[in-house]
Amino acid sequence: MPKHSPISLPQRSTQPYSARQELPKLPHVGRSPDRVDGVDKVTGQTQYTDDLPFAGWYGATVRTPAARGTVTAVRFLEGPNWSEFAIVTAKDVPIHAQSVHAPDTSHGPSEGGHDTAVDLNIVQLIARDQPYLVRDAFRHKHEPVVLLAHPDRDIVAWAATKVLVLCDELPVILDHRVDPRPDQVQHGADNVLKAIGLRKGAGEDDAQLDAVFAAAPVVVHGEYDTGAQEQAYIEPQGMIAQVWLSAHDQHRPGWPSHPFRVRVQGSLQCPYYVHTAIKHLCNLPDELVEIAQVATGGGFGGKEDFPSIIAGHAVLLAMKARQPVKIIYDRVEDMLATTKRHPCTTYLRTAMDNTGKLLALDARVRMDGGAYVTLSPVVLSRGTIHAAGPYEIPHVRIDAKAMLTNTPPNGAFRGFGAPQTIFAMERHLDVCADRLGLDPAEVRRRNLVQVGGTLATGQVILEPVQLRAWLDRGLAAIDWVDKRSHYKVFNDLQVADGLPLRKGVGLATFMHGCGFTGSGEVNLASKCKVRAAKDGVIEICTANTEIGQGAQTVFAQVAADALGLELQDIRVIQPDTAQVPNSGPTVASRTAMVVGHLVARACDDLVRRMEDGGALAQARPKAMDYARPSKQSDGRGGSWQADDLRQAVAQVAGHPVMGEGWSEYEPPPGVIWDDVAYKGVAYGTYGWAVYLADVQVDTTTMEVKVLDFVALQEVGRVLHPTLAIGQIAGGVVQGLGWALLEEVTLDAQGAMKNANLTSYVLPTMADVPTIRVLFEEQPYAYGPFGAKGIGELPMDGPGPAVANAVAMALGCHVPAIPATPEKLLRWSTLSA
Amino acid sequence: MGNTGDSSGPCEATHARRIVVCRLHVNGEPVAVAVPAHWTLLEMLRYQLGLVGSKQGCDKGDCGACTVRVAGDPVLACITLAVACDGHYVETVEGLGVGGEPHPLQRAFAERGAAQCGFCTPGMLMSAAHYLDALAVADAPIVSTDAIARALGGNLCRCTGYTKIFEAVAEAAHEVVDRSALLAGGDL
Repeated sequence: MPKHSPISLPQRSTQPYSARQELPKLPHVGRSPDRVDGVDKVTGQTQYTDDLPFAGWYGATVRTPAARGTVTAVRFLEGPNWSEFAIVTAKDVPIHAQSVHAPDTSHGPSEGGHDTAVDLNIVQLIARDQPYLVRDAFRHKHEPVVLLAHPDRDIVAWAATKVLVLCDELPVILDHRVDPRPDQVQHGADNVLKAIGLRKGAGEDDAQLDAVFAAAPVVVHGEYDTGAQEQAYIEPQGMIAQVWLSAHDQHRPGWPSHPFRVRVQGSLQCPYYVHTAIKHLCNLPDELVEIAQVATGGGFGGKEDFPSIIAGHAVLLAMKARQPVKIIYDRVEDMLATTKRHPCTTYLRTAMDNTGKLLALDARVRMDGGAYVTLSPVVLSRGTIHAAGPYEIPHVRIDAKAMLTNTPPNGAFRGFGAPQTIFAMERHLDVCADRLGLDPAEVRRRNLVQVGGTLATGQVILEPVQLRAWLDRGLAAIDWVDKRSHYKVFNDLQVADGLPLRKGVGLATFMHGCGFTGSGEVNLASKCKVRAAKDGVIEICTANTEIGQGAQTVFAQVAADALGLELQDIRVIQPDTAQVPNSGPTVASRTAMVVGHLVARACDDLVRRMEDGGALAQARPKAMDYARPSKQSDGRGGSWQADDLRQAVAQVAGHPVMGEGWSEYEPPPGVIWDDVAYKGVAYGTYGWAVYLADVQVDTTTMEVKVLDFVALQEVGRVLHPTLAIGQIAGGVVQGLGWALLEEVTLDAQGAMKNANLTSYVLPTMADVPTIRVLFEEQPYAYGPFGAKGIGELPMDGPGPAVANAVAMALGCHVPAIPATPEKLLRWSTLSA
Repeated sequence: MGNTGDSSGPCEATHARRIVVCRLHVNGEPVAVAVPAHWTLLEMLRYQLGLVGSKQGCDKGDCGACTVRVAGDPVLACITLAVACDGHYVETVEGLGVGGEPHPLQRAFAERGAAQCGFCTPGMLMSAAHYLDALAVADAPIVSTDAIARALGGNLCRCTGYTKIFEAVAEAAHEVVDRSALLAGGDL
């Protein structure tokens, strides 16, 4: 009887982890303690939004039946007893109200200016163009028109099918690559939601750039397409709203005439985004709106902007029903109505010398923004900045536009524009290598930026990048040179013998900027609070949400090591705007790096206040026995005996000065960005990566099997190796899905045809290999204990790495993803 | 099945919604539950019995988040009628531990970071538990990558890339195989 299995498992480890470089050992950071939310999650005790005890009504949404037009009538058909329902339409929401707040500047200066009279029926984000409910004109199918609430969740879902929305249709535009006809224009003069120009060197002047191209020995053109992608968090979107009207308004129908209180709980990434949106919708001051995050079953950007809309709907229904209202989307509604990754078309023209050195890059990027502005300007921005990759290119011209189309708005999705343009550049470099007869790895080696080099924005790289060494390590890990030669022989033999298998390896080298782009972090001005609790525990109060990535666990690790205490001395508070300051959204690879750093600095502040106030007068000092957290944080808690510090913490609990520590974002020195010229330090730091894919294609079915995948990245200090590996592997598989399986298909009305998980295919365990995750660690001086962001980076590389591997295997160009079997058949037939 | 044969929807059914009584064992406890005849097992577990550990991820049997065990077999509770489970033993994530102790799978999931957002975890655990039980009674138990991938191939996870889940299941499976070998008088 066989006793032992053929599987060898990596050692489970709570020991200090280190990549190749020896970093100072820390008591918690760099180790892998069990995650703080782990036990509840594996025992089924964690309560998500739809699991919370709830006594109230259930909401449902009636949506537009066409892509563009004007609603002419709403008919309530026979069947439901309509008197039992709360029914809300745009008519219930006032158009003009005297706004009670200052403009929202978290995305920079408000583009619409600040009016004193505002339409409350507008989702407050970057622009003011998207309504909560269609008033008359609409711009996409499945746009919300009528809201229903009822005490029975079955009945309300059925009743929603008994409301008929009648409309006059108008001409639609569904292709972001073409300019609109006059009758298709719906935004400005040309449907351009945002345009960005980035220039470097001769790229500043069209004639000079043309001269560079004219003189270049090798010029390569290419056009690359990436498709929409559904975030596909496994927990669908959901919100619960409760409203307390003033006594004056309680028995009065219509919009409240006096201030009221609102509380929303739900599945979301960014409590303060929802807070901003709801206070505008309800025209209430900050303190009357409370937004609390409930355990959230995945986000990936899909719960960044859209939750504001569901929250608004639940609030409107709760106001009408005078009951708490819960809205839970089912999977179909979630996929039909919520955001996707922006489809993108990138045209590239590169000039190279005969050795493969890049002389110039000329790029045109067009993203599909969907029907409203939403987050497209900032998605486009990240896409533009990442388009030139981690390469030193003397002359660059990038023109990028986000275009309006009549599909549901595309929104935030892990990577936020960067995976799209990185796919184009990385695929293009393989095409260039082919043209030059060079190894694709060699072309990259000759162009990777080095210390002192400049990126496309003019940012000089000062951190000690060693991209060529990291490239070598990645190549060795996948056995690049041998596989390339063996696979060429293998493929030739398969062809000669009439056999169907083909093999290939592919790679991508790339970077991902950590935190908000440019002046974004300065505009956010994030704040963090820590407070002493009566039981001697220090509570971490941030608005940053645990969405699976392990935010609560790494905050606890950072705080413990910043204070010289243990994990059980730290409690991370569940984000609730009534409890926590605005530390910004949980997006942009910023939570561990930016907010984790704020946590360390707030811990310093708490200890400093206790020192200044005399709370540590009796405490015994001790020598700091490990490194300070960062250049802006001294980790001074570690200079006191832990027992004495604990005792003092219990004593200052509730003290107005000594009981709290605060921090506010301060940019690292030299981080200066010019948002008009698009020049300067786009990000304080970057994660750097080399991803490699090894694939086999069966040309009978064109099924691509990923045999091996190596994800090597430099992400500063790795705070929690187990969580980091998990997050990277998850991002890689999400990227593989985007590259090979996940295809959003639209009908003639711009609505998703395959809005279900049967025909929109996600990777399963049977589809992917074990992802091999490797780290390099170059501590970043302005991240907690040297950490950088890692959340989005793994989404960038798998698409081009796997497409390049498939291109090698099939010997054909792979200009677009998802590279589905149908497309591979077409491309390989065309090239043969 | 369904709501009294009236296809026009649940609203009409409120007047004549057929209620059926299901008698079954849930996590070892005998229960008798009155549910609308058209309800699924998932609705009965979540709305009637308060067992909200099993999740609704897609409502179409695609994602596996609702996976529970009925008569030992993994079943998609969102597309299984409650009445179809009459007389059966149903096991959910809430009943996975034994005598207050976590199941070896739960321990392995927690220690290896296999639960990230956690929403797929209950269903993932139930599929894995079935795989482990089958392994324990196999004549020649072998832990293989393919068998684990097959056993869990119907459970979608969007966070982990499956690497950590695979490790956790493989670790628990190794324990099962080692225990079988021990019971069989092996020379461990």
